[in-house]
Amino acid sequence: MTAPVQAPAPTDGAPPPAGPRRRGRLVPYWLLLPGLLWLLVFFALPLVYQASTSVQTGSLEEGYEVTWHVATYGEALGDYWPQFLRSVLYAGAATAGCLLLGYPLAYLIAFRAGRWRNLILVLVIAPFFTSFLIRTLAWKTILADGGPVVGALNALHVLDVTNWLGATDGDRVLATPLAVVCGLTYNFLPFMVLPLYTSLERIDPRLHEAAGDLYARPSTTFRKVTFPLSMPGVVSGTLLTFIPAAGDYVNADLLGSTDTRMVGNVIQTQFLRILDYPTAAALSFLLMAAILLMVTFYIRKAGTEDLV
Amino acid sequence: MRTPFRWLRRNLVVIAGLLTLAYLLLPNVVVTVFSFNKPKGRFNYSWQEFSTEAWQDPCGVADMCGSLSLSLRIAFWATLGATVLGTMIAFALVRYRFRARGAVNALIFLPMAMPEVVMAASLLTLFLNMGAQLGFWTVLIAHIMFCLSFVVTAVKARVMSMDPRLEQAAQDLYAGPVQTFLRVTLPIAAPGIAAGALLAFALSFDDFIITNFNAGSTVTFPMFVWGSAQRGTPVQINVIGTAMFLVAVVLVLAGMLVGRRRNRKST
Amino acid sequence: MTDTSGDVRLTGISKRYGSFTAVHPLDLTVPQGSFYALLGASGCGKTTTLRMIAGLEEPSTGTVCLGEQDVTALPPYKRPVNTVFQSYALFPHLDIFENVAFGLRRRGIKSVKKQVGEMLDLVQLGEQARKKPHQLSGGQQQRVAVARALINHPKVLLLDEPLGALDLKLRRQMQLELKRIQTEVGITFVHVTHDQEEAMTMADTVAVMNGGRVEQQGAPAELYENPRTTFVANFLGTSNFIAAEVHSVSGDDVVLTAGDGKLVLPRNRCAAATGPGGKVLAGVRPEKISLAHADDAGTVPDGRNRLTGRIAAASFLGVSTQYVIDSPVCAAFEVYAQNVERDPRLTPGAEVVLHWNPAHTFGLDAGQDVEAGIEKVEEDA
Repeated sequence: MTAPVQAPAPTDGAPPPAGPRRRGRLVPYWLLLPGLLWLLVFFALPLVYQASTSVQTGSLEEGYEVTWHVATYGEALGDYWPQFLRSVLYAGAATAGCLLLGYPLAYLIAFRAGRWRNLILVLVIAPFFTSFLIRTLAWKTILADGGPVVGALNALHVLDVTNWLGATDGDRVLATPLAVVCGLTYNFLPFMVLPLYTSLERIDPRLHEAAGDLYARPSTTFRKVTFPLSMPGVVSGTLLTFIPAAGDYVNADLLGSTDTRMVGNVIQTQFLRILDYPTAAALSFLLMAAILLMVTFYIRKAGTEDLV
Repeated sequence: MRTPFRWLRRNLVVIAGLLTLAYLLLPNVVVTVFSFNKPKGRFNYSWQEFSTEAWQDPCGVADMCGSLSLSLRIAFWATLGATVLGTMIAFALVRYRFRARGAVNALIFLPMAMPEVVMAASLLTLFLNMGAQLGFWTVLIAHIMFCLSFVVTAVKARVMSMDPRLEQAAQDLYAGPVQTFLRVTLPIAAPGIAAGALLAFALSFDDFIITNFNAGSTVTFPMFVWGSAQRGTPVQINVIGTAMFLVAVVLVLAGMLVGRRRNRKST
Repeated sequence: MTDTSGDVRLTGISKRYGSFTAVHPLDLTVPQGSFYALLGASGCGKTTTLRMIAGLEEPSTGTVCLGEQDVTALPPYKRPVNTVFQSYALFPHLDIFENVAFGLRRRGIKSVKKQVGEMLDLVQLGEQARKKPHQLSGGQQQRVAVARALINHPKVLLLDEPLGALDLKLRRQMQLELKRIQTEVGITFVHVTHDQEEAMTMADTVAVMNGGRVEQQGAPAELYENPRTTFVANFLGTSNFIAAEVHSVSGDDVVLTAGDGKLVLPRNRCAAATGPGGKVLAGVRPEKISLAHADDAGTVPDGRNRLTGRIAAASFLGVSTQYVIDSPVCAAFEVYAQNVERDPRLTPGAEVVLHWNPAHTFGLDAGQDVEAGIEKVEEDA
């Protein structure tokens, strides 16, 4: 289509309107269009629908209507604040657990694994290939009443402490908050380890030597050099753990009891069983708002902008 | 007296890391062991006796293999859709300047920062409002939606680290736009696209929450497992879980070995 | 000599990015077969100019002609021009052979084996054909980049800081190598560099660019001996400047007063107005100056420009000694003296007379920044 080589160019000093290049200005928009349209219609628009549903009244038989019934939000919070609180507490505990467990592993892979590094990385990712539901069910066996794990915890008097904290109940771990937090921690641990590893791996090992050379003890080196440099990984790791954990209902359902229900469980039952759409939509909206608020605040505090 | 103590202190982080690794792998060990169990009753939670029955008849449970094949089909199409759309977005983001860049970035980022249950519930309201028939198509739509952002992130990282001069060099060496894309851009971006596609496949195949809301009466493999947790867990789901784990590990290790041999050959 | 098909002619070419002008309207002709260097500090517009010739950058105004052909509107893949990129831009997924064959294959040439083989032999990389770029050393990668461009027999070869990533020794070697190749193939080379030594050793013609404009162009020796601006005088080597006033013009000479002394310079080497009372910067290169101890002032022959001063610092460099001299008309005057017969009295603190042949003086307009073109931070050796 393009004219052969000797096309005369305009000589009046105006920028030459090279055909294909001029057309090139629309290229980014064509590239973006289908994907963004998909996200607008199936991600953003549903949020609008949900917001509108949350202020509707009516019943399943007679249909719903937007009546700006904002009171639904108050009622939902009044009825379900314990589940809300639990979601935040359990997700927070699981995030802390992931950080405590995940950091040594990430450190090990980044600095101490040597030629085993790739193998360990594979082992961290491989469990993903077994459905997480199957793996979560395995915790039912591991934490079973009277099993070796519970027995060991009992013998070490760990259960006395957790009982006192209200995280376990007598000789049982299963169907207690501890089991739910344990399941959440397990499920989202790789989401903590991988970003931590990525940011640790970027640290030049010579920095450790330099810190040692400048009279820092290993513990000081960690506090003053390694940990601050791994902050991007810590921030994205905690977000990737906390957000899905706060909305999760699988662990609470499979490993917990009616006393460990989280807000996700409520949304799920309201939506799929009780069919009280306004309440479910209001709860879902509240969860979204709470998480976005916390995330924004947290990112501001932690001062990392380069997450995207 | 001091030496063992010092050894312990120096290797504390290694020990702690390995314990975490054990914590991560323990459920897979349990899943594998219990795939050889012969439970009494409907649930496979406590050890009874060794048996290979389930391995000999993995599809012996009604509907399970059907749900597995449905999950694979959905994952395939969702991966294809999300990879194509996501790669296009990633290229636009890295290689072009355009208006409303911030808004586009936010729209990509938000699905990853949103609890699944919120996306699931809101998408269901949309489908209910539109009167859509819940099933294969609604699940596929949902999966492409939440996989898209992850593909964008993976491809973007790779394209960003690509030297733009490589494409200019191709153009300088008589490759037109199409040739440049096919011969230089695509091969170099391929690892990023592959990583994005792999991630999308894993996410789609294993998704439960969003699927559960939007599947209607269609049953994917994770939904089958969920249902069996209420009604009774057949040993066969452990067989499937173990097989997938082994296949994945073997494939990855084989890939690593091939890569290592190729490196050695060329140096 | 009449072949002009490899001429590069830029007419009124400029480049603006928003309100920033990277290259001001520029006219430039590179004759067929010459080795032409665009020299300047980073951000001076030299790379942008090169990229406009390659077609990688669209000019805001003006035209680019190769020989008689106007190529302004042609995309890069239709221009008979090839580029050796900064840091080479070798395709990491292709081996050396395929990198070199890339251009031939894109033009639909089927049997590339012989040509590629010959080209790899020319750059002494025949053994490495099946290696990937990352397995080669910097110098080898550089040669692949040259081979990949040259194999297409372009009318013009563009080189964008091709030696910037190499260490000093290798760079010297490659300078000679590139010069040899250019003489051998007779293709027009346009070479962009920030290294004045590199430009002067390799190029037939050097254009010094500053702030998006060509300050001066000419043969290396001409530029060095007769700079027209302080920027050129400082960017190419070192210059001493004396603020002076025109006293009178006698014949081919301009007589200046500086402090209480007189200086003479040839009229044709004066780039400033020569009306009496006009301000002039009199410049002289450090190696043109001779030093005599103040006690021997009588031995300085007549007819030479002379100044007095005191040695502030002396550093011994083996071949020569560099002196910094405080003079009433110029602080920190630099003098390089060959270590042939050293006068032991020339130590810091000694009073000296500086003298030089008036023909080595050049005069510049006094309205310029005396410090222009002095690199504040040394980038590398």
